[in-house]
Amino acid sequence: MNNNIKTNAGYGKHPSAPSIMLENVSFGYPGEQIFRSLNFTVEAGQWTCLIGPSGCGKSTLLRLISGTLREGLSGGIRFSNGKNYNGLTAWMAQKDLLLPWLNVLDNVCLGIRLRGERSSQKRERAISMLKDAGLGEYSNSLPSELSGGMRQRVALLRTLMEGRSVILMDEPFSALDALTRLKLQDLAASLVEGATVLMVTHDPLEALRLGHRIYVMTGKPAKLSKAMIPPGPPPRKPVDPMIPTLQAELLDCLEKGNKT
Amino acid sequence: MKVMRLVAIAAGLIIVWQVTVLLTGAPPYILPGPLRVAKAAFVHSRFLFDHAMTTLFEIIGGLLLGTLLGALSALSMIASLSLKRWLLPVLVISQAIPVFAIAPLLVLWLGYGMSSKIAMAVLIIFFPVTAAFYDGLRSTEPEWLELAHVMNAKPFAVIRHIRMPAALPAFASGLRVATAVAPIGAIVGEWVGSSKGLGFYMLHANARMQIDVMFAALAVLAIVALTLYFTVDRAMIKIVYWQKEETEEKVSK
Repeated sequence: MNNNIKTNAGYGKHPSAPSIMLENVSFGYPGEQIFRSLNFTVEAGQWTCLIGPSGCGKSTLLRLISGTLREGLSGGIRFSNGKNYNGLTAWMAQKDLLLPWLNVLDNVCLGIRLRGERSSQKRERAISMLKDAGLGEYSNSLPSELSGGMRQRVALLRTLMEGRSVILMDEPFSALDALTRLKLQDLAASLVEGATVLMVTHDPLEALRLGHRIYVMTGKPAKLSKAMIPPGPPPRKPVDPMIPTLQAELLDCLEKGNKT
Repeated sequence: MKVMRLVAIAAGLIIVWQVTVLLTGAPPYILPGPLRVAKAAFVHSRFLFDHAMTTLFEIIGGLLLGTLLGALSALSMIASLSLKRWLLPVLVISQAIPVFAIAPLLVLWLGYGMSSKIAMAVLIIFFPVTAAFYDGLRSTEPEWLELAHVMNAKPFAVIRHIRMPAALPAFASGLRVATAVAPIGAIVGEWVGSSKGLGFYMLHANARMQIDVMFAALAVLAIVALTLYFTVDRAMIKIVYWQKEETEEKVSK
């Protein structure tokens, strides 16, 4: 692992990052109601974490917000800047989703390629981002030559490269080993600063490290707990003394939600 | 290593062949020995070469055209749902008719020359290429497509930059099958009616009881087919460069 990662914040600076308002959102598949009249606001420019058991609809919620899932949705999903989700959101998944036939640089620039934009300026930016993230020498490598942590770092840069003010993350660090995960969380926290982030996770510690606000999502149809607002700005240190208490609280909340 | 193994296999087969001739005492007009065939090949080398070139051109022509048509039809079925609904049944029906059954028709329509043989090869190649490529195009990792959607990708760019490269490994295996069966089309076409090519030369020799020449033509055909197959195989490994590394990794682990 490369240790001299420069956490040069600023790629994600978004003075106009919108909040996301879900009003009366209902969604389900035949025979399975996932959301019923869900109301929920993701605060602008903050990092919001959703934790909940597998299969409770966390990823579905992200898909509804990103617009990949629209059929069967009722209710409104609005952004406070009045814009449509089109071109507003970026998405990062648990799998890195790097295309194995493209090198690292081309993977970071995937969005540009898929939209048919031609911009050497953006490419330059991608190169400097890769350098700052300690991946400078891997620009021309294929993803298969990289470790899991490095691949996910590339995926993070690809997400940031989109320059979107809303970033949706679906358990982006859960497949990594503990140490790599901590490093990547710090890197992500510094790089996305200012954007509206909604991250889904099943790891209470991760939520406590990164979230300005934390919600617990349980049940079917899914319900959200009250927001937990841990003190201090993220990323919080894992050794922070208040973390064990809050973690216990979150776990308790998860357990209660599961019973009902 | 690979070449050595091939040579060893060829040598082994020749030995089995020679032993069979010795044990059964088959007369040369039933089963000539390898030496006899080698001699015939040497004596008729110029004719064999000329006819082999004809057959090779027919095979390559069929491969190029068949692959092109197959790839295009697979792409158009992915690009348009309604086109797929009309094209897919046609494809399946076309495969229900044995290509050999229409070989005489093709010769009738396209004549004694190369075009009827190329058409035969195209008909044989078309389906494996279309089926494999279409399957590959269809089974793109759904999350890649989702990512592309969130990125506001243009539909054509998704096909060009994600679906097509993702389908290349499947396309490559379809093309391998096609290369292996393409000579069948050319040879059958030549049998039905032609004045050139290894298929014609084999029938010609057979009619004159020159069984050793027939075997020589067969051996040349095998060499042509093998060379073609390994060339295509090599090219495919180069084209699907990222997959090769993955398999090597798995093997070495």
